[in-house]
Amino acid sequence: MNLYRNLTIKQKQIVWAWTFLAVPVVFYSVIRFYPTATAILISFQDWNLLGARAWAGFDNYMKLWNDPVFWKVFRNTFAYLLIGTPVSLVLSFVIAYHLDKVRFLHGFMRMMYFLPFMTSAVAMAWVWRWFYQAVPIGLFNNILASFGIAQIEFLNSTTNALPAVLAPAVWAGLGFQVIIFMAGIRAIPTSYYEAARIDGVGWWVVLTQITLPLLRPTIVFIVVFSSIGFLRIFDHVFNMTTNNPGGPLNATKPLVLMIYDTAFNSFNMGYAAAQTVVLFTILMIVSLIQLRLLRSN
Amino acid sequence: MMKTFKGLAAATLTASSALLASSAAADVEIEYWQYFYDARVTAMEQLIDGFEAENPGITVKMTHFPYADYRTKVAAAIPAGEGPDVVQLFYGWLNDYIAADLIQPLPVDTFSPSDVDKDFFPMVQAMKKDGVYYALPTAVRSLALFYNQRLFDEAGITEPPANLNDLIEVAKKLTKRDGAGNITQVGITTGMTAQDHHWFREGLIRQFGGTPYNDDYDTVSYNSEAGAAALQYYTDLEKLHGVTASGFMDEPQAAFKAGRAGMHIDGSFRIGSLKAIRGLKWGVAELPAAVDGTQSNYSSYWVNAVTTKAEGEKYEASLKFMSYITSDAAMQIWLDVVGELPAKPSVGLTEANANDPVFGPFIKGLSYAHTTVFANESSQRQVLVDMVARTDIEDQPIAESLAIAAEAEQKILNEYYAD
Repeated sequence: MNLYRNLTIKQKQIVWAWTFLAVPVVFYSVIRFYPTATAILISFQDWNLLGARAWAGFDNYMKLWNDPVFWKVFRNTFAYLLIGTPVSLVLSFVIAYHLDKVRFLHGFMRMMYFLPFMTSAVAMAWVWRWFYQAVPIGLFNNILASFGIAQIEFLNSTTNALPAVLAPAVWAGLGFQVIIFMAGIRAIPTSYYEAARIDGVGWWVVLTQITLPLLRPTIVFIVVFSSIGFLRIFDHVFNMTTNNPGGPLNATKPLVLMIYDTAFNSFNMGYAAAQTVVLFTILMIVSLIQLRLLRSN
Repeated sequence: MMKTFKGLAAATLTASSALLASSAAADVEIEYWQYFYDARVTAMEQLIDGFEAENPGITVKMTHFPYADYRTKVAAAIPAGEGPDVVQLFYGWLNDYIAADLIQPLPVDTFSPSDVDKDFFPMVQAMKKDGVYYALPTAVRSLALFYNQRLFDEAGITEPPANLNDLIEVAKKLTKRDGAGNITQVGITTGMTAQDHHWFREGLIRQFGGTPYNDDYDTVSYNSEAGAAALQYYTDLEKLHGVTASGFMDEPQAAFKAGRAGMHIDGSFRIGSLKAIRGLKWGVAELPAAVDGTQSNYSSYWVNAVTTKAEGEKYEASLKFMSYITSDAAMQIWLDVVGELPAKPSVGLTEANANDPVFGPFIKGLSYAHTTVFANESSQRQVLVDMVARTDIEDQPIAESLAIAAEAEQKILNEYYAD
């Protein structure tokens, strides 16, 4: 106690600062950094979850490099990213742009768009999974059948399955992005629009010269946020393809699902950890690139 | 004086040791772990009640987890000295559990290997390593053909198909399509993701004259004429005869429960959930034989073992509990509550059980059943799922797809047995 009393005010402030900081520091070390470091360590080991870990060197990474499934999964993961992000960005902007102009039932409409974001991904994935079935139970195919149109194999197809799984994932994230976009649009000072109106410019010029440039921070945020989301996609894919996870023929398998499968079905923890390190690296690179874009703003 | 003192001391010692013993006996609590499945938990509760009544002073605490977490929890708990004294595990995990030092062998004086060999169905011998048993099942499972009685009556079918050719003919009569030719009721459900991969491995391949693996199950041997014939038969059901659609109504058992499937091959564990479906009238038959009469079936089971954590009086109590849950009476309870088949012929082949209209076909199947020794069941299943998907979605020729599957599965086995 004496020790504390002898400190200067400045030093006491530091002590208090560190006391409060200790909570997040301990939390992050125990919950984040320690497991991350362990995962990196395990990626160089051979471990089946039972028994001892054996040192394996770069074996797991060599195996990954030579695994055709990994490259298929790698492409899928980027397909989710490269289709999902632009589609959800354009859709959410178009919706937000028009919703902003709607006065009638504005709050209700906004809620309707936000609702899917609050729904459990698991429940949503299962409902969509049933929508996609063939007759007699699939909603979409029943509609097609009632017009005499041939059935579409949504999920049991190597070409249609990935977009089919992606659609509800995009839909689920839309509500959040719409809200962010609307906040961004509202934050643009009305004086710019008034000036534009006085100058007599058309809506297209207003959109491309005022709204979009001033929305840049919002757009960057949404791009970063949704790309991380699509790179980590798991629950929609897993729940829509539980019988044949990531199938058919790995057509929908994202990296996270491969990690899960390697770790908790094959109990090959070392190999799974190596995949995790690769995912971690990809996420970090993508985030760094996007942060750089943000800074140049 | 000295004598009295000695006598007194001895008496005190005896009394106190007796006291200690009785209080210790009252204190023994052993833990039992299994994964969560409603009927299994109910059955085990009944067994524990019976065991505790028979063995006053021993209490059994049961803990159960969702199947997905099970292995992780067991692996974390036992080395830490926590968790179960008696644990349930899948037969295919035995080698991993022994290698990780999680379970200990059953003592030969209580569980004499020759008696176990004699008393249990032969496939249980897979649990014997170096002449000692490590684990024993209460119940076993096999496959059979479920059929929808109402759809059979409607189509004028009097009895379930006896062989694989009949199966196609019967299935044709049960299949319905709408005006556009879309299938609305399947003759038989298919889907490698369900139980069909077992039917294919240990059933069809053997019935077409082949073997799925060598005797040690470390070498794939189905890339053969018999294997190709079996795959041809299986894929023809959909592609040539049009009596099924894989993934019809999402899951085979869902289609059968909804009354949209005439026949459905599934395990004995499905009995309980089918009984719960109101208005569904169904029957069970043995798996169809090959045209030459060859029968083959697949059997799997969960076993119980004493963990390395159990020591001293907990070890003794655990052994008593093991004996109790592998007794004839326990097996009968398991059959009645869970619907899983007794692991001993002495219970399974009683007049009442073997001729039971529901359990009978499964129990008869046990006598010609094979147990696949999996290195990694989910990966090995995936190989067969992909094999059929390639022929279905990508129109790959049978022989080519089969060869790719055999190679992929051999790779999994090689990796597993290399360590």
